[in-house]
Amino acid sequence: MDLREREILAGKKHFLELRSRALGLIRNFFNREGFLEVQTPVLTTAPAPEPHIRAVSAGGGRFLSTSPELYMKRLIAAGFDKIYQISPAFRAGERGRLHHPEFTILEWYRLGADYKTLQDDCRKLVQSVCESAGPEIFYRRGDRTLDPYAEWGRFTVRDAFQKFAGWTPGANPDQDRFDVDMVEKIEPKLGFPGPCILEDYPAGQAALARLKQGEPETAERFELYWAGIELANGFSELTDPSEQRVRFEAAIVKMQAEGARPNMPEAFLESLEHLGPCAGIAFGIDRFVMLLAGVDNIDSVVAFPPEMA
Amino acid sequence: MGAVLTAGDLRKGSKLEIDGEPYLVVDFEFSKPGKGQALYRCRLRNMITGIQFDRTYRSGDKFNAADLEEQGMQYLYNDGSAYHLMNTSSYEQIEMSAEQVGDASNFLIENLNVSVLLFQGRPIGLTLPNFVELRIIKSDPGIKGDTASGSTKPATLETGYVIQVPLFVEEGEVVRIDTRTGQYVERVKS
Repeated sequence: MDLREREILAGKKHFLELRSRALGLIRNFFNREGFLEVQTPVLTTAPAPEPHIRAVSAGGGRFLSTSPELYMKRLIAAGFDKIYQISPAFRAGERGRLHHPEFTILEWYRLGADYKTLQDDCRKLVQSVCESAGPEIFYRRGDRTLDPYAEWGRFTVRDAFQKFAGWTPGANPDQDRFDVDMVEKIEPKLGFPGPCILEDYPAGQAALARLKQGEPETAERFELYWAGIELANGFSELTDPSEQRVRFEAAIVKMQAEGARPNMPEAFLESLEHLGPCAGIAFGIDRFVMLLAGVDNIDSVVAFPPEMA
Repeated sequence: MGAVLTAGDLRKGSKLEIDGEPYLVVDFEFSKPGKGQALYRCRLRNMITGIQFDRTYRSGDKFNAADLEEQGMQYLYNDGSAYHLMNTSSYEQIEMSAEQVGDASNFLIENLNVSVLLFQGRPIGLTLPNFVELRIIKSDPGIKGDTASGSTKPATLETGYVIQVPLFVEEGEVVRIDTRTGQYVERVKS
């Protein structure tokens, strides 16, 4: 083995121990709350068609999972009421300080609950892991201190845009303007010192979420931010199969225009016929451990980043 | 015209052309908000003016790579209005302004071989060798036993620039200087 690789890995020992401890604490938390840990296929025929997520092709008409979301909902549709999973997920072309094309995702789903319940779960989960992760975790971000027990921030997407970007997005805001302002003006302000909930997204920004009762321009979707970093994305699930098919069809048209060949997730759409009201969330393990470790690059808390894989 | 780059090709250190001027990517971050599109946040430095600014690009955005070339040149003379240099491979002569030469003029001496950065064939910057040897034309003798002043004294180089040298270095001697730090390295026996 190359000497440099041995040095790099030895230098990460402390962070990998923290990672292992955090994973154990996350499992303890969900087991204690009565969730069932499940595993679903990583090799899949039809990842959810979403315009800005490119699946990695595995050949033979199969793809590597971009998220376990659709399988999780198929289990909920079959009557499983509280499930969670920690699994690898793959997204082509994503590489940066906070992105790897292969990363670790935590998802949990609750039957009969909505996105507000998931927000409570987030607070309990983050505080419970931080409390037990060990005294050496130091929440730091540059010269700012992070505190999981400080009062959590809360903004609706519209209020956050009004306050930090000076305009109010409607149901279908211009995607470029929305994304650029989100990245430049809003995200850097969220989650100091406590985490922050950004909720109630424009309907057009939530392909698999339920719309708010009596507010069809708003989706019951939220994101969890801490230290300006997006940690989780959750929503009250859309359970209407025909509405979901229409949204997938629109997404597929967009993706085909960019040269992708996504399949329609038929088995998932069928399962929606039996899906009761539920809510689910995806939570980034690598970023969470990164924040616990007080570092600013997920490379530090992943044994083999993409270039070493 | 340089090669075409897309935003996805950008890295720290990429050099691209914007509005006819060369820019260096000094900071780069891949970003992807929520379910949104991939964005590439760059801090760019104008390689001529040094002015920096931030800009966010989308995956479809395209650029021309800046047409840049390093060329070995020999410094000939300064006629009071411009620095004259000669391309050591084509023997062609070029002129550079004091602004383009910048701080390199502190250590620039006739016949020195330097590297000139050309943008679309026009000189925009000059890089000295890491070490140069220059004669001291003026320095007061060091006072024996004087350690209070950190054991250095000012010395004027043949270029007119003043550096700090150890007390034992005398007028008329040649010294080696690290051009990256501007510091005295050692005395050179002439």
